[in-house]
Amino acid sequence: MDGTDTDKDQTVYTPEHLSQLDYQRDLGDPGEFPYTRGVYPNMYRGKLWTMRQFSGYGSAEETNHRCKFLLEQGQTGLSIAFDLPTLMGIDSDDPLSEGEVGKCGVAIDSLEDMEILFEGIRLDQVTTSMTVNAPAAILLAMYVAVADKQGVDRAKIRGTAQNDILKEFIAQKEWIYPPQPSMRLVVDSIEFCTKHLPAYNSISISGYHIREAGSTALQELAFTLRDGIEYVEACLEAGMDVDDFAPRLSFFFDSHNNFFEEIAKFRAARRLWAHVMRDRFGAKKEQSWMCRFHTHTSGYSLTAQQPANNVVRTTLQALAAVLGGTNSLHTSSRDEALALPTEEAAQIALRTQQILAHESGVPDTADPLGGSYFVETLTSQLEEGAWEYFDKIDGMGGMIKAIEKSFPQKEIQEASFRHQKAVERKEEIVVGVNEYLSDDTPLRIKTLHISPALREHQVQRLQTLREQRNHQAVKQTLSELKGAAQSDQNLMPFLIHCVKEYATLGEICDTLKEIFGAYQEPDF
Amino acid sequence: MPGQKIRVLIAKPGLDGHDRGAKVVARALRDSGMEVIYSGLRQTPEQIVQAALQEDVDAVGLSILSGAHMTLFSRVVGLLKENQAEDILVFGGGIIPDDDIPKLKEIGVDRIFQPNAHTSDIIDFLKETVHRGETLA
Repeated sequence: MDGTDTDKDQTVYTPEHLSQLDYQRDLGDPGEFPYTRGVYPNMYRGKLWTMRQFSGYGSAEETNHRCKFLLEQGQTGLSIAFDLPTLMGIDSDDPLSEGEVGKCGVAIDSLEDMEILFEGIRLDQVTTSMTVNAPAAILLAMYVAVADKQGVDRAKIRGTAQNDILKEFIAQKEWIYPPQPSMRLVVDSIEFCTKHLPAYNSISISGYHIREAGSTALQELAFTLRDGIEYVEACLEAGMDVDDFAPRLSFFFDSHNNFFEEIAKFRAARRLWAHVMRDRFGAKKEQSWMCRFHTHTSGYSLTAQQPANNVVRTTLQALAAVLGGTNSLHTSSRDEALALPTEEAAQIALRTQQILAHESGVPDTADPLGGSYFVETLTSQLEEGAWEYFDKIDGMGGMIKAIEKSFPQKEIQEASFRHQKAVERKEEIVVGVNEYLSDDTPLRIKTLHISPALREHQVQRLQTLREQRNHQAVKQTLSELKGAAQSDQNLMPFLIHCVKEYATLGEICDTLKEIFGAYQEPDF
Repeated sequence: MPGQKIRVLIAKPGLDGHDRGAKVVARALRDSGMEVIYSGLRQTPEQIVQAALQEDVDAVGLSILSGAHMTLFSRVVGLLKENQAEDILVFGGGIIPDDDIPKLKEIGVDRIFQPNAHTSDIIDFLKETVHRGETLA
């Protein structure tokens, strides 16, 4: 047993395996319902996937520098990583931030940092993905504020906010508020985007974190899409029209080791979502049916031992994502298991995508594996398994209820333990780790170090900010935010007012905490 | 004392919420016959040391993937020292660059396990080191 859910028991697959397959019903051409073969007719001939490398560390100045470097090297979209204090809605001068500032992403304490981050980068010239969840609405408010200050038309703002709190409760565990108010923030931001940022993806419903926490490919697929269903239901309950917001929902998947299973997973995702949107929710617009997604090659699969091997792993995983029709791609760096990427490692990762795009010939054909006896069988198996999970979770009363019962969390924990045992028993081989070890001195690669002086730098910046801003205005806007949080008004305009007066992220999150409370994970 | 179970606190200090490794280690230790207490997420060094003392553990294992390991390990080691609990082993893992391991040893961390460590290595380390301490007493 390799811990996966598809039956790859056969050595060979034949036409018999596809006797039930109907081209029009199950596949369609690329750009045709149910989009199994891709969301666009020309796929990569029309437009290559976006090369969107996740990056961020240290101060806004340093991340601005790294973003500009990657854009110069040919990256086609930005993707910002924030540090843990920022992700948790905490300021750099909070005692809980000690040791954490700028370590795994950029430190953003206020709009001032955001303005520095995008200095020299016009927000109508780039698309930016922001990987932030619990305080996503606030970071989005800051992004809009930067655009406003740059004189950019809000209708031209393109990008994505990850904004997927459900997978935090399930897997990544970076939450602030309990599920209900957290969902309210997501719904408010989706509604705001629908009205004011029509070109912006309001959410990136994620499976990556679920997979990295140890789930199987099937669980990643099923839990992600079921989270999607939960968000759609929440938006409908808030009175939105499905065809207004659904076109801008987007997804985010892992690309892991089992090559063909991953390709099948991506194809199954598109087919599943198309049916969910059309048949379960009655969406009428084509764009509402399309599962557009970003892919991130698996960090977990990369090893600290013999890091050069990771370039090979990442290449295979990137190829799987492209063969699976991803719309956007991040390739992980070889030093993933050691530290944040050095410039050199980040460049190799980007070059991997560029070689795939321009030298391999793979992008010239849409869904080249369509019709494969094996891949179509795997696709259908994953799809069936996902429907079973949907039924199960529906039976529990939905995803939030399932989370309260710790259902997805337990599934993930079990799968991750099974995997560990499989590796320890050598039922699964990890090259360089449990087989093919190196006796020679390991290649000492340079790794990135974040200076502890950064925290001091941010603390100073915050001090100056608090002295120079308009205290009254900060107090006023925070008070209005608090009032709005107690009503059912959309919080986004209030958040934008707060950030424009340079209220800090911590101040805003704490204000909301007074009304929403703080989440405690159930013990299991 | 021979026959008494080894008691271990597995803790997640700092803001990091990635608990896959911590939970796998906790379970493996439990399966091997140890008493394992899992601290839960986002514990301060103070909370961790308090729990370690209250639970009278033999060892504390810290899981840190956020890059904050130098700060957090040294705080935990320091607080154990302050509480005359230096006999409690401190070990851990997560994302810890090679260069930092000697520095951590220097401040009093007994052992670091890097990604892909075998859980049996952790079990063996604890069985050998905890009993060794006892026989010297």
